[in-house]
Amino acid sequence: MTVAHSPHPDLPPPLTSVGPVGWLRRNLFSSPINTLLTLGALYLLYRLVPPMINWALLDANWAGSSREACSGDGACWVFVRLRFLHFMVGFYPESQLWRPVTVFGIAALLLLYLLVKDLPHKGWVTGFGLLGFPFIAFLLFYGGLFGLPVVETHQWGGLMLTLILSTVGMLLALPLGTLLALGRRSSMPVAKTLSVVFIELWRGVPLITVLFMSSVLLPLFMPDGIRLDKLLRALIGIALFQSAYMAEVIRSGLQAVPKGQYEAANALGLSYWKAMLLIILPQALKTVIPGIVNTFIELFKDTTLVLIIGLFDLLATVQASFTDSKWLGFSAEGYIFAGLIYWLFCFSMSRYSHHLEKKLHTGH
Amino acid sequence: MLGTVLFFLLIGANALKNLEQQGITSGFAFLSQKAGFSIIQTLISYSESSTYGRTFLVGLLNTMLVSVLGIICATVLGFLIGIARLSSNWLIAKLAAIYIEIFRNLPLLLQVFFWYFAVLRSLPLPRNSLHFGDWFFLNIRGIYIPRPLPGQGLTALIIVFGVSIAAIYALKIWARKHQEKTGKEPPTLLISLAILIIPSTITWFSSGEPLQWELPALKGLNFKGGLTVIPELAALLFALTIYTASLIAEIVRSGILSVSHCQTEAARALGLPHRKILRLVVIPQAMRVMIPQMTSQYLNLVKNSSLATAIGYPDLVSVFAGTSLNQTGQAIEIIAMTMAVYLTINLTISWLMNRYNERILLQEQ
Repeated sequence: MTVAHSPHPDLPPPLTSVGPVGWLRRNLFSSPINTLLTLGALYLLYRLVPPMINWALLDANWAGSSREACSGDGACWVFVRLRFLHFMVGFYPESQLWRPVTVFGIAALLLLYLLVKDLPHKGWVTGFGLLGFPFIAFLLFYGGLFGLPVVETHQWGGLMLTLILSTVGMLLALPLGTLLALGRRSSMPVAKTLSVVFIELWRGVPLITVLFMSSVLLPLFMPDGIRLDKLLRALIGIALFQSAYMAEVIRSGLQAVPKGQYEAANALGLSYWKAMLLIILPQALKTVIPGIVNTFIELFKDTTLVLIIGLFDLLATVQASFTDSKWLGFSAEGYIFAGLIYWLFCFSMSRYSHHLEKKLHTGH
Repeated sequence: MLGTVLFFLLIGANALKNLEQQGITSGFAFLSQKAGFSIIQTLISYSESSTYGRTFLVGLLNTMLVSVLGIICATVLGFLIGIARLSSNWLIAKLAAIYIEIFRNLPLLLQVFFWYFAVLRSLPLPRNSLHFGDWFFLNIRGIYIPRPLPGQGLTALIIVFGVSIAAIYALKIWARKHQEKTGKEPPTLLISLAILIIPSTITWFSSGEPLQWELPALKGLNFKGGLTVIPELAALLFALTIYTASLIAEIVRSGILSVSHCQTEAARALGLPHRKILRLVVIPQAMRVMIPQMTSQYLNLVKNSSLATAIGYPDLVSVFAGTSLNQTGQAIEIIAMTMAVYLTINLTISWLMNRYNERILLQEQ
């Protein structure tokens, strides 16, 4: 009879290479240089983080209704709290506030509907969002019909203006950029040259000069008696500038569509526009959605420049509030608040674009 | 086609009529008129009696200054952060990631304002300056750094230094030829260092220390001596560097990650030491991915330097497309000139980078 040989159970790994200790040794103290770096970083954090938390949270003042409520050491969030409405909508009349709130409410609902998985009729909702909703939004913002009092565009401001500028700029740039991209890849020499010159010209100059141009030069080029609204001029500038960048993004998408697709469309006898609209563009646009989101993020950040031509977007509103003699010297709080809003928008969009990139990455 | 031509003719006619109504003469004659305003920082001599043409030059040089400094600083910081992001040290990698996520998601103009109004404007008065030894001072009027004072033997020193560098270059070429012929790599590092240091040091002492430093010092209410970095330049440079570095860091990371792991393993199998794997195998391949993206970041930095307008740093857009335009009203000429400058800078940088890109491109059969 044989005795089954039963080996000893494995010894547990040494305490220094598993668990928290092992993790620390592997990730923080693996070599003398790493140990030095870790200690340096820890010291830096120790010097930076506790004072920041003290300033922003522990010693900060939240309640109160005037400057006197703020006592010295910490941040004065009272300032931001009292100015909150101003930062959000600028000088939009308070009695009409329900209008922007409704617009942004509908926009949020539409967005939510598109983001949640497996809901039906997404195509129709997208179509409404792109083609129908902007008109409803404009009607509500501006008024003038159905008994809504008119709110002039110079009263629009704050985050509301930032969102209007970036979304409208984007919605205009998308079709214009597509046309330019098609022009750049077209075989007609005139269309091709015009597109290339347009794209390179806009991409080569700073947005500031484009805005200067739209605010100073556009009125010069207009026939007598036509005066363009300041906001409209800025929008034209932004849309032209953005469409050049959009064209390059879409061009890369067009290049990614395999040649066979073009040939197949030709073989079916489709006309140029039918082939493009039904076969090529849907595929091209789908591959560059992350790129489109990225240019949108860039545009969202760039809209801050309109303050240079005297439009009051979020940053300009915050900036202007420091000139109020009651609140001199609270610039840090203001910038941090504005920064937080911009950051939340940009960060969530960039996360979403990452997510899309992973979702759309189906091949290989 | 015809539509486009008609359109341009129409807006051209409109522009002429409008200009006539406002009594503005067209043409570039205004460039030789007296500008009559002062500029807080000029790299060439400039006074209120200088012409608009001179104003244009001053603005252009200031734009170049902040762009060149910004490109250098952002590249260095960006590489450091990008490499830190890939570090095996968990804490360092996380800190680098936090840095990147914070700064690339904030509008650049907000960062410029933050540095200018919230940080540099809240610094102490000259009397209570923050200082590092007797060398660097920081107060509300700007940053004060030592100014180099050239002495007598400086030309000799520069010549010797230049010759040493040429000698090192020649040595490298010889070493490569030698290696291609015999397969042996001659040791060049120590010899190069010796060539770089020894002749220059000898010249330095034999010509009686030709380079002195003039230190800034508090005299009365303000600092005298040394070089002053005005707060506008400092804020713009900080913001451009910190923002662009966060974007460059991601480019560096993606470049290094794009090099297939097999390449590192193959290099290790050949017995190359870690330092050489990085220098000869990983970095050259990563560069191919990085160069085009770096080019666009450099171009963006140059364009973004126009944000100077917002805080009053006298760059091209601020003094020329701003003040000069308001004074002369010659909008079309001034904006065309400004745009032409940026286009020229951009086309030049991208041409140079494309040449470099072609040189390092993968040579495929």
